[in-house]
Amino acid sequence: MFGWEFPPHISGGLGTACYGLVKGMVHHNQEVIFVVPKLWGDEEELADFVNASDITIDYREKKFKSIWKNLTYLEVSSFLVPYLGPEEYQKFTDYAIHDRTDVDESIFTTKYEFSGKYGKNLMEEVSRYALTAAQIARDRDDYEIIHAHDWLSFPAGIAAKEISGKPLVAHVHATEYDRSGESVNKPVFDIEKAGMEAADHVVAVSQLTKNTIIRRYGIPAEKVSVLHNAVLDASIIKSKYEKKVPEKIVTFLGRITFQKGPEYFVEAAKKVLDRDENVRFVMAGSGDLLNRMIDRVAELRMGHKFHFTGFLKGDDVDHMYAISDVYIMPSVSEPFGIAPLEAVRHNTPTVISKQSGVAEVLQNAIKIDYWDVDAMADATFALLHYQGISKMFKELGSEELKNLKWEHVAARLVKIYEKTLAQ
Amino acid sequence: MRTICFYFQVHQPYRLKPYRFFDIGDDHYYWDDFLNRNVMRRVAQKCYLPMNALLLELIEKHQGAFKVTFSFSGTYLDQLEAYAPDVLESFQRLVATGHVEVLSETYGHSLAALKSKEEFARMVNQHKEKIQKLFNGYTPKVFRNTELIYSDQIGEMVADMGYKGILTEGAKHVLGWKSPNYVYQNSIKPELKVLLKNFLLSDDIAFRFSNKTWKDYPLTVEKFISWIKPIPASEPVLNLFMDYETFGEHQWKETGIFEFMRALPEAVLSQTNYGFSTPSEVLNQVEPVSPIQVPYPISWADEERDLTAWLGNDLQDEAFDRLYELEKIVRKLDDPDLIRDWNYLQTSDHFYYMCTKFFSDGDIHSYFSPYDTPYDAFINYMNVLSDFVLRIKEKQKELELIP
Repeated sequence: MFGWEFPPHISGGLGTACYGLVKGMVHHNQEVIFVVPKLWGDEEELADFVNASDITIDYREKKFKSIWKNLTYLEVSSFLVPYLGPEEYQKFTDYAIHDRTDVDESIFTTKYEFSGKYGKNLMEEVSRYALTAAQIARDRDDYEIIHAHDWLSFPAGIAAKEISGKPLVAHVHATEYDRSGESVNKPVFDIEKAGMEAADHVVAVSQLTKNTIIRRYGIPAEKVSVLHNAVLDASIIKSKYEKKVPEKIVTFLGRITFQKGPEYFVEAAKKVLDRDENVRFVMAGSGDLLNRMIDRVAELRMGHKFHFTGFLKGDDVDHMYAISDVYIMPSVSEPFGIAPLEAVRHNTPTVISKQSGVAEVLQNAIKIDYWDVDAMADATFALLHYQGISKMFKELGSEELKNLKWEHVAARLVKIYEKTLAQ
Repeated sequence: MRTICFYFQVHQPYRLKPYRFFDIGDDHYYWDDFLNRNVMRRVAQKCYLPMNALLLELIEKHQGAFKVTFSFSGTYLDQLEAYAPDVLESFQRLVATGHVEVLSETYGHSLAALKSKEEFARMVNQHKEKIQKLFNGYTPKVFRNTELIYSDQIGEMVADMGYKGILTEGAKHVLGWKSPNYVYQNSIKPELKVLLKNFLLSDDIAFRFSNKTWKDYPLTVEKFISWIKPIPASEPVLNLFMDYETFGEHQWKETGIFEFMRALPEAVLSQTNYGFSTPSEVLNQVEPVSPIQVPYPISWADEERDLTAWLGNDLQDEAFDRLYELEKIVRKLDDPDLIRDWNYLQTSDHFYYMCTKFFSDGDIHSYFSPYDTPYDAFINYMNVLSDFVLRIKEKQKELELIP
């Protein structure tokens, strides 16, 4: 498997999903070689981990040069870095335009220290990662199938397939359409499409994502399987952390970006507060829409009942779920969305958007269209005030979680592997 | 004989500590002691101590011919007692010379004058008591409002409280062709006299002194004398109003600001027909020329000289209105701990940090702000305010339980 990050050093849901999947595979006695750009040394020893930063590339290998040529669609001048100021942007573009030759050279040095992050040199790292994958694919023969997670490792998957001739499974956790709406980043889209086309089979984290793959990327439906994510631990968490305020708490927890629909949460909050003063809304997270949300909250004159926590980590995330009376995920487009399942583990009733993959598996939640702030406000109000429904969600939620284990997901993946190998 | 009136504003706010959502209902202490103490000690070393020593030296040398005026906010005095008793002592020594006037203002350096007459009066009174306590029974006679904010209505309130004069900005849009170098009267209560800041000459010292792109850089005593001499002899007073931190903090000692001030009094006294007076003396000696109309509040801040540094954007208005919703109940509860925090939460600086005028005066705002952005300032303030509201509710419940 080619991934981009692995717990505990993760910055998004991709690492968590990979971890769950590997754990599930181990449960079924499957041996996994897991390659990441950078290993930190404190990963749980579940798989045969390969640190791409340790791989020495034999650049005399002619095949590698041809792989590099095929990678030319990996334009270094694509701008994936999310929060560049104008000056940095200028520097970055200058760098990209003038130093293209240097980039080629550094990619062909024998060793390369990956950052494993999502920074300025992302495209360079993605290209180099592909070469590393080719080297690994040539050096080892103790594997039957290649599995690449998301576009960052698709070029690696493609290169490994070219060198070894073994089948490739492309696993789509999110598409460029989820991240950017209609304003897609063309180079990323191209890599995603190339990865899915080169793959022998494509795995999507939800039916929603499968539809996107068919409609937007033109991949035939029969080549795509849906493999929903699961929860690492389905047990109910009994947190000792106690709420310190008398009001009920309604929470949004996630990146404050277009994809997550924070503005709908804000508008719904206003509608609820107009009817019930005895609630506090909390927006936990950070992102490019944060300041706009703060402005809107002040404009709606509800700053005394609407709080921003900034980016939460570690125990604070658990504490936030623990003290929440309702959790809302109003995502505009969410390939899966594992957060509501975490809320369920904390016995917190949830409201989720129909435009999320998790809505396909989670039955005991209120599902609304992300744009329907009236419905969102109604649902929130109901969960806060009508004990019957929130009690039911709490009781049934834990039952539901038991069916959402990574073992089940892994078992299905093994079937997909078998089918792909038989082709 | 004409006169120069030096008034220095001495203020530090109680800055809030980073106060998180999780702290609401749990942690009832809001103030960043470490930061506040650090600022106070740093400015004490750079400004308060050396400048106080210089002023004392000048007052003694000129045997009363040189005078200055201070206004201390209550939040400043509280911090002096806590962090800089040495500075407090040096101020007490200055006031004891009899050649230093102390003005009246609001205890919390607040914007209460814009919102509530009762709260404004309470705060002015609390400040007066504090001054009397710290300065051997000294009672201020002249008023200066937070950031020199003034309007006809504010003047009326101040007159009703028995003050005979008030200081404010000589704002261009209020004065028009008129000169700030006269004494004016409040347009509703003519018995209240109004002293206007000569913002050109004041800001030459306070803001432009070390500005190398300014065409008159460097400012020397000779130059300054050559500017004030040709002012028509009929204009009786020159009001030089500025932050006290100008000396050594905003203008570092390396700029020569201390040398400038050391040489100025002697040059003025020997080369011009100007003397030095305090506001009370000016009001006693100089007849007012006419009333001045200020229907909308003015201040000494920013290019606009209005209220937009503190109020007007949604962040500021929301925080301000939410704060003053609590006014009546806080006064009714009259709990010393609540009153203390209530005073400090009203300090205008909190609203200044939420200002989003990034383009015109944003630099000045960020220079003074402990926050990265106005949004951070808003979030932190609202979290604290939420806890404050919970404490008020708790206190109310407690009182209801007492038979």
